[in-house]
Amino acid sequence: MKRVLPPLVAFVLFLAIWEGAVRAFEIKEYMLPPPSAVAKAFVGDFGALGRAFVTTATATLAGFGLGIVLGVSTGVVLASSRLLERAVYPYVVLLQTVPIIAIAPMLNIWVGPGLRASTLSALIVSVFPIIANTITGVRSVDPALRDLFKLYGAGPVQTLVKLALPSALPNIFTGVRIAAGLSVIGAIVGEFVAGFNDDAAGLGIKILVANKQLRTDVAFAAVGMASALGLLMFVAVGATATRLTRRWHASAK
Amino acid sequence: MSAERASREAIGVRARSLSRVFDGGVVAVDDLTLDVAAGSFVALLGPSGCGKSTLLRMIAGLDRPTSGELTLEGERERALAFVFQDAHLLPWRSVLDNVALPLELMGASKPERVARAHDVIAEVGLSDAEQRFPGELSGGMRMRASLARAVITRPRLLLLDEPFAALDEITRQKLDDQLRALHRAHAMTVLFVTHSIAEAAYLAERAVVFSSRPARITLDHTIGLGVERGTATRSSPEFAREMGELQRGLEGGGSR
Repeated sequence: MKRVLPPLVAFVLFLAIWEGAVRAFEIKEYMLPPPSAVAKAFVGDFGALGRAFVTTATATLAGFGLGIVLGVSTGVVLASSRLLERAVYPYVVLLQTVPIIAIAPMLNIWVGPGLRASTLSALIVSVFPIIANTITGVRSVDPALRDLFKLYGAGPVQTLVKLALPSALPNIFTGVRIAAGLSVIGAIVGEFVAGFNDDAAGLGIKILVANKQLRTDVAFAAVGMASALGLLMFVAVGATATRLTRRWHASAK
Repeated sequence: MSAERASREAIGVRARSLSRVFDGGVVAVDDLTLDVAAGSFVALLGPSGCGKSTLLRMIAGLDRPTSGELTLEGERERALAFVFQDAHLLPWRSVLDNVALPLELMGASKPERVARAHDVIAEVGLSDAEQRFPGELSGGMRMRASLARAVITRPRLLLLDEPFAALDEITRQKLDDQLRALHRAHAMTVLFVTHSIAEAAYLAERAVVFSSRPARITLDHTIGLGVERGTATRSSPEFAREMGELQRGLEGGGSR
């Protein structure tokens, strides 16, 4: 309760000030709707928003999951050879620096519209922090422990599974935590250009359509749901990291 | 375990004109010739950075000599164990799983490695802490787990690189006794690198004293304290005499 109460009180205060300010200054609803209007839009449009949430969550989780698999495996491969890392890593960084919004229209052309494009967009933005942190983690394995494994004749697979990956786990989770939030952004940006049909529209499409219709209250409700999705992902990753590392790593204690 | 059996089963070390020059021209070991009898307990004593750890790593096969010849005598199969300066346990494994690790890597079955881990953990007096993680142990307990991990494979040559250097004096003395007990119980040769004169005199049957880098032998001395050693040994005139002898050896080699 002690952990939940302070942010909860801050949130309620924030909503109260927002509501009060909109009423006091008579701000038009299409410019900034009060929280009460956002809540009303949320309840009134709950069915469509819920479906949009499921669509966006599907793309986010698929992109994020693929990002973990691809990120960790690429990180492990690159960390295994300095030459390979030098040859490939600059292009991995390049992937990070290309603005996703600029290449999003291409995704539509490459993999087709809908879920595939938004999944690929989520994957592209989430994979880099996982690769970078996996490389750091695998490179940081205690050299004495590497010697120990060598001394007992451990092969590369044994060394990877029993030493490098567990040792890199806290670093990997740092990357995965960052990726969790980014994957939601990636999925939403993907949806902006993915051209879903209306039944399968995600939160990104909901936001676009609501903005065009000056339904700022609906747009805010959709943004709130996207934020909730990001928060849920972040909390789930944090709980998994704590569960797996709490007995042995300072970051989880 | 009789001395005869120990010497028959343990591994001896034979080094001839051994040198190790690192990239950049740093000479760590220079033209070193050394024989270590199978089953003996030998301390390699020298100032920090003199090259004694490099010598130990070469014997373990973790580093290669630049020139010279290094032979492990009586080595029918690879049966070495190495204890590092710190315990270097896997922090995500319990004491039991850490101690069983070498057998796991060597492909032993789970029942076998668990049974043997129980035995060696009991030998170092850590049975109550088997399920605890390294982060939940004191420095001395971690080092005992590291010793148990080293002897679980029944090594015939045990190499220790200043293993107790970071521990307090009382814990260190207890571990000294534990190490001597392990040497007596297992048929193995022990090579113990240290920069502590008292530790070398108390633990070993023979102390080889090195000069500052590059490592050259300045004294090869047999410690005349007998087999049974304990608290009384540390305050005996014989112990003081042996320490004085080693001190002179160190001074003869210069210090860094």
